[in-house]
Amino acid sequence: MFARSRSFFYRRLASPLHAARAGVGATWALTLTAVALMLFHPLVLLALTLAVLGAGYGAGVGHQLVRTLRTAAIVVVPIVAINVLVSRDGLTVFARLGDLGPFGQGNLTVEAAVYGLVIGLKVTLLILVTTLASLAVDPDELLRVFRRMSFRSALTASLATRMIPLLAADSERLAEAQRTRPAGMLTGPRARVALLGAVVGGSLDRAMDVAATLELRGFAAARPPRRSPFSRPAGATDGSHVASRPVRRLWSRHDLAFACSSVAILALGILGRFAGGASFDAYPLVHMPVTLATGALCAALIAVILLPFVDRRGIDP
Amino acid sequence: MNPILSFDRVTYSYPNAEEPALDDVSFEVVPGELCLLAGLSGHGKSTLLRAACGLVPHFHGGRFAGAVTLAGMDTRERGPAQLGAVAGALFQDPETQLVTSSVRSELALTLESRGHGAGAVARGVEEVALALGIDGLLDRSVHELSGGEQQRVALGAALAGRPPVILLDEPTSQLDPVAGDELIGLLRRLNQEWETTILLAEHRLERCLAVADRVIAMRRGGIAHDGDPASFLAWAARESPALQTPGAKLFTLAGLQPLPVGVRQARGSLRELGLLAEGDSVEPPAIAPVQRTKPSRSSKPAAALRLRGVWHELRDGPAILRGLDLALHPGETVALMGRNGAGKSTLLRHAAGLLAPTRGRVEKSGRVALLLQNPGDYFVHEHVAEEAAADALAAVGLQSMTERNPRDLSGGERQRLALAIVTGGGDPPAVLALDEPTRGMDRESKAELALELRRRAERGQAVIVATHDPEFAASVAERAILLADGRVIADGPARELLAGGWYFATETARILGGAGGALLPEQGAELLATLTATGVSREQVSLAVPGEPDPRELDTNADVRTIVPGLTR
Repeated sequence: MFARSRSFFYRRLASPLHAARAGVGATWALTLTAVALMLFHPLVLLALTLAVLGAGYGAGVGHQLVRTLRTAAIVVVPIVAINVLVSRDGLTVFARLGDLGPFGQGNLTVEAAVYGLVIGLKVTLLILVTTLASLAVDPDELLRVFRRMSFRSALTASLATRMIPLLAADSERLAEAQRTRPAGMLTGPRARVALLGAVVGGSLDRAMDVAATLELRGFAAARPPRRSPFSRPAGATDGSHVASRPVRRLWSRHDLAFACSSVAILALGILGRFAGGASFDAYPLVHMPVTLATGALCAALIAVILLPFVDRRGIDP
Repeated sequence: MNPILSFDRVTYSYPNAEEPALDDVSFEVVPGELCLLAGLSGHGKSTLLRAACGLVPHFHGGRFAGAVTLAGMDTRERGPAQLGAVAGALFQDPETQLVTSSVRSELALTLESRGHGAGAVARGVEEVALALGIDGLLDRSVHELSGGEQQRVALGAALAGRPPVILLDEPTSQLDPVAGDELIGLLRRLNQEWETTILLAEHRLERCLAVADRVIAMRRGGIAHDGDPASFLAWAARESPALQTPGAKLFTLAGLQPLPVGVRQARGSLRELGLLAEGDSVEPPAIAPVQRTKPSRSSKPAAALRLRGVWHELRDGPAILRGLDLALHPGETVALMGRNGAGKSTLLRHAAGLLAPTRGRVEKSGRVALLLQNPGDYFVHEHVAEEAAADALAAVGLQSMTERNPRDLSGGERQRLALAIVTGGGDPPAVLALDEPTRGMDRESKAELALELRRRAERGQAVIVATHDPEFAASVAERAILLADGRVIADGPARELLAGGWYFATETARILGGAGGALLPEQGAELLATLTATGVSREQVSLAVPGEPDPRELDTNADVRTIVPGLTR
C-alpha cells in the first residue's frame, strides 16, 4: 500500500495538543471556530490563520495544514468570484458588465471583492481548524467522552471527523489518477466539473461502505453500555476498554494549558467583537480601521493560541 | 443437523437493474461448514453474501423474493444490526471496514455497540486479539498497519462478538501471497477450533480449495454447482474451465485423475504415478539460483526506463526505496513482486514521474503510462466515449461500448478502459506500468489482460506489472523482480524466480517442485506428458531446473533429453 495517503490520519505524536485530553483539545478547536465565525476584521482573521498554522507546526502536523491550505484555496476563489458577481451593495465599481437582464446591472465592486475575501478567509480558517482537530485530537477518546450522553450521536460525530482525512486521501488518490492521464486529456471547465462530480461520487461510495460496515457492527441497534460492577482491569492503561465506567484521570499540565487558552481565546474574541478592536464593515464602503487595539488583539490572539505549545514536557506518545 | 443459514428460492434485483443479481437461489449451510463461493465476477457471489447478512435488501433496497434464514431469523424481518450479532462480515477493502483510529477501539466497537459492559468488552478485545495474533497491535493506529494487518483487524472486529457465522468476500484480494495464506490458515483454524461456519467468496480458489468442505459455484445469479471440492473440480473441468484451479487444469491437460484440490494431493497423485520420486516432498523445493540481469550494451537496445540509485525517504518516516537500480528494455515484460509495503507502488510512481526521488535519478526513453490500482479512479464522465480517444478504445476492444457508463462496466472492462485512458492520446508510451491490475478480477479477465499486455510488449512497449498473483505474473512476464524493504532482492527470468519458492511461486511450480521451470498448467502438462511417455522421474528432471531451455518452447514429440538437458536416462 502506498504510504503517502496516510499522512492525513490521526496519529499519536509527541506534541502538547496530542498530549491533552481529547475533550479539552476539541473544546480548544471549537473555541477557535467560534472566534473565527465571530470576527470579521481581515487582519484579525489573518492573525488567526497564522496562529493556527503555527499551532499545526507545534502539533507536528504543519505540513499537512499547509497542504490543506492549498486545497482551501480552491474553495476560496469561487466564493470571492461569486460574491463579486452577485453582490450589489458596494459603491466602488471597478468593472461594468452592462445590463444582465433579470440580474440588473453587472457592476463589480471593490467592497464585494473584499467581503468575498473575508468570507473566504473564514472558510479557510474553519477548514484549517477542522483539519488540525482531525489530526491532533484522538477521535476514539472523544467518542468515549460523549458516548455516555448519546452513543450514536457521538459515534456519528467521531466518524464525521474521521471521514475528513479519509476523503482527503481519496481525493488525493483520484487526483493522482488524473495526473497519469496523457497531457491535455482532461482540461477545461467541463472536465473540472466532471472531476468534481467524480470526487463527490467517490465520497458517497466511501460513505456507503462505511455505513454498511457500521450496520453490521450493530450501530443501528446501539444502546448505552451496561454499568460493570467490576473495577478497571489490571494492565489497561488507555481507558479504551472501558465502555461504561469513565476512568478518573488527573488533569495534566497540557489539559490545563489548553483549557486556559480556550477561555482566553473566547474572551479575546468577545472583546474584539463587542469592544470594537475588530470592527469591520464591507458595505457600502470598506471600513477597516487598523488601530492599536486591532494590533494588540492580533498579537494577543496569536500568543494565547501558541502559548500552550511552548511547554513540551511530558508529551511522549 | 439444523441449518444455520438457508436460502429458499431467493431472487433479488438491485434498484433500477434489469437483470436479477440472484436468481432462484436455494441452499443450506450447516453449523461448522467451510463453504466456498466460486464464480466469475458479476455472477452474484457478493450479493449472496450481502443477502446472508441482511444488507440485501435492507441496506441496498431493490426487489427481493424468497426467504433467507440466519440462525432462525428471517432476514426480511430483522435488520443487519441484529443479524450482525450472528454473522460477522469481512469484505475486500479493509480500509473501508475500519471505522475508528486505534486497533483496540476498533475491536471494542462491535461489543460496545451491542451494549456490553466494560469487563465484557475488555475480555472480548483481549480474546479476539490473542486468537488472531494481533495482540501486539492493540495500541497501534489502524492507519499505520499493513494491508494484511488491517485485514486481520477487520476480521477481528467482525469476530469480536464471537458470531457463529463469518461471511467473507474476497478477503485476500489485496494481500500478498504470505498474508493471504496466513489469513486462509487462520480461517481454517477458526473453523476447526471454534466450529465457526464460514462462507467465503474467492477468485483464487487454489488458495482455499484444500481447506473447504464444500463449493457453491454461481453463474448468472443462480447456483450452477453445489458439492464437495472434488466434484466441483470435475464439474469445472466440464462446464466452466475458467473456474479451474491451476493444479486441476494441469491434471486435466495431462489427462491425469483425480483432479487435485491442493498441492499436497497433486504431489501425492504424481508420486503414485511414479512421476515424483518417493520422499521427494521431504526436501524443500530447489530454489533456482537467481542471476541479476546485466544486459550487454552490444546486444540490448537502449533502456526504455532506467532507475539509478533511487531513494525515496519519507519526511519523519522510513525509506520506502533504498538505492534502487533497475533497467527495463523495449519489449520486455517484467513482474514486480514482494510483500505489502515492499515499495512496489512507490517504484512505479517514480517511473511515471508522480514522485521525485529524494536521491538518485530516473531516465526514460519516452512516456511512462501508469495504471494505478483502482480503475474507477480514472472515470469522470458519463460515457465511455468521453473518457478516451476512439483509437485507444478500439485498441482495447471497447469500441462497441462507447455509450455505456464506465461505472456499469464489468471488472475486466473497467480495467481495459482505464488502460485505454492512460495509454491513449499523444505518442504511444515507451513503458506501460501497472499497479496490482488483477485485484478482484476473475481468471477469464486476467487471461484477457495478460494477452493484451503481451501484445503491447510485442509492439515494443516495455511492460512492468506489480502484482501479488504469481499465476498472472507467470502468464505475462519473462522476467521477475522481487522487492523487499525497498531493495531488489532477486531479479531474473520468471521461470526461475517463480519456480522455486513457496509463496512467490505458481501452483504448477509448487506441484512439480519447479521441475523444468514449468510455471503454467499448459507447460506443466507438456512436461508431465513427456515424462509419462518416457518414464523419466522428476528426480532426474530436477537436475536441470533453472536456465534453459524456455519451457514455453517444449515439444511433446521431442526426445526428453533434448528438452531437459542433463538427464542421464
